[in-house]
Amino acid sequence: MFKGKFIDNLPKIYGTYTGGFLVFIILMAIAEQAGMSAKLIGIFFVAFTVLIYALIGYLSRTLQVDAYYVAGRQVPTVFNGMATAADWMSGASFVAMAGGIYFKGYGYMALLVGWTGGYVLVASLLAPYLRKFGCYTVPDFIGTRYGGNAARLCAVLVLTVASFTYVTAQINATGTIASVALDIPFGIAVYVGLASILMCSMLGGMRAVTWTQVAQYIVLIIAYLLPVFWISNKLGAGVFPHFMLADEVARIAELESQFGLGTVKNSAADLATVPKGLAGITKAHSDVNTTPWKFISLAVCMMAGTASLPHVMMRYFTTPSVKSARRSVGWSLFFIFLLYSSAPMLATLSKLSLMDPNLATGIIGKSIADVQALDWYQNWNQANLMFVSDFNGNGTLELNEFFMGGKAVVLATPEIAGLPYVISGLVAAGGMAAAMSTADGLVLAIANALSHDLYYKIIDPKAETAKRLIVARVLLVVIGFAGATIAALEIQGILGSVIWAFDFAMSGLFFPLVLGVWWKRANAQGAVAGMLLGLASGTAYLIWVRTGGAGFWGVTQLTFGIVGSLVSLVSMVVVSLITKAPDAATQRMVDEVRVPSGKTVLGKQH
Amino acid sequence: MSKQQQHWEKTRGLLFVTLAIWFVFSIGIFFFGAEMQESNIRPFGYPLTYWFTCQGSLGIFVILIFWFAGRQEKIDEEFGYSEKEDD
Repeated sequence: MFKGKFIDNLPKIYGTYTGGFLVFIILMAIAEQAGMSAKLIGIFFVAFTVLIYALIGYLSRTLQVDAYYVAGRQVPTVFNGMATAADWMSGASFVAMAGGIYFKGYGYMALLVGWTGGYVLVASLLAPYLRKFGCYTVPDFIGTRYGGNAARLCAVLVLTVASFTYVTAQINATGTIASVALDIPFGIAVYVGLASILMCSMLGGMRAVTWTQVAQYIVLIIAYLLPVFWISNKLGAGVFPHFMLADEVARIAELESQFGLGTVKNSAADLATVPKGLAGITKAHSDVNTTPWKFISLAVCMMAGTASLPHVMMRYFTTPSVKSARRSVGWSLFFIFLLYSSAPMLATLSKLSLMDPNLATGIIGKSIADVQALDWYQNWNQANLMFVSDFNGNGTLELNEFFMGGKAVVLATPEIAGLPYVISGLVAAGGMAAAMSTADGLVLAIANALSHDLYYKIIDPKAETAKRLIVARVLLVVIGFAGATIAALEIQGILGSVIWAFDFAMSGLFFPLVLGVWWKRANAQGAVAGMLLGLASGTAYLIWVRTGGAGFWGVTQLTFGIVGSLVSLVSMVVVSLITKAPDAATQRMVDEVRVPSGKTVLGKQH
Repeated sequence: MSKQQQHWEKTRGLLFVTLAIWFVFSIGIFFFGAEMQESNIRPFGYPLTYWFTCQGSLGIFVILIFWFAGRQEKIDEEFGYSEKEDD
């Protein structure tokens, strides 16, 4: 069926895969009509997709170093864009983002701007230059550009702190979805999720992760867009929600004032009866808050964090050329844009279908007993994601008496809007794909840094290829288990840990990476100082604010990267200037990095 | 000035233009979020700030990156630094 090399047949292969997945959805829809239970549909969706990823992972197994670390540097531009989009969009983007917009409105949308704007920095400041450098990992660049093991080690440290914070959140998300879809306890589901993640990455490293991530992107984007378009049409809001929901946004504002949003407040005693983690609508849908700094500081942290997170950067090491690395960033952002621009639309549709009394699905203003008798209410109430209570005792559900978990906006809206269950199964598979693909990229980033930079470059530079790859795989499993163990403890929510990861990465790595390309005078001492002091001051600020410190400049625990990166910049510049300039060889190396043509700075295999 | 210095000079110039546009749509306009929201310019009928946060800025970033990549390729070509295909 497919003649020639795998790489030449990519469009055909993934076209067939997409078609096959659509046929699978249709088969499930028919099975649902024939009476298959909702539970079974959920199991089929998650199990089927995970098995496909595992199969791709197995088929991409490799024993070559450059295939394991950088997928042989032959991933075409557009496909690398898709893989990066899956790598990038985590459980937080897929499951939590629409919910965040639903509850927090404008302030939350700083994340949308931040998580996309960062790619402009990636494209213009870093990706093409790091691709020209020819490194396997981000610390590989730092270690070679600045010279010396100290700089390499510091980069490994920052990378591990940031990525590990991030990965526990993703393993947590795979566990949550697996436990709901497969109906097993969370403590076990976390390890089921981990096993699926490792199956994709262990045998083939970056090569396997690349091709599963493309497959995961296709599943997650179908799972996100299909319900948005379907619900929009069903509500009569317009065939293309992105351009046609203005009336609905205005209608929500009308309903908000009609239902007394902001004027009717719940007493503390009433709120104490609401289950933990659930919230009511307290902010107007399209209102803009009047403290720009709060919005801007969060966006800035997310943008600089994007440009410093190693699992994204290393995706651009896999393209065939510098030119395609640059274009690939554009494609990545395009594929991300498809989902991100839909999240606010989903939040709007979800809110409208719950609030509007003219719609059959609207529940605000109905009698409490009727709402409590609804099937979907009972399901999601049992899952601890929905709650109503008649605080004022008038028998009618008021806006301030309805509470929902953030995840429910994505997971439950299809059911609320009356779509068949097959869509809910699809959404579960999409959430699983999003969390798995990001977890894979992160676990691989950490394991590669430890195996390549710590083990091979520092501990045992004479190690043979076979031994290097075994060490890399053992580390992958160890890090996965460590992540799963911490995830099972459920210390911090998914979204909180994700935002922290960006701040950690920004504190330690942003300026050492950027100045490594753009400032020839930057030297090893400066870089070490920048990484260590940046990470230390950012962490110290976080601990200080968490333990009741007042903070300054309106920097909160979500934006501590601003403090960390400023300290990093200042210390890096000062220390670089008071110590010796880098030698001529290093200066030549920087010159070479700035020219796209010619050989990479580091050899093909190193 | 050597060929390589000129190339870098132009590359830096492009970087500053790119970052300036990026700054306007990721940071600059949000200083005026409250004022823009009241504006009569309503893309697709949405309030202006709302539109920028959920579509406008995001879309501009996508276009900006492709524009930047195209310009950089032109600069590289001009100095004979563009890569051969299948390098």
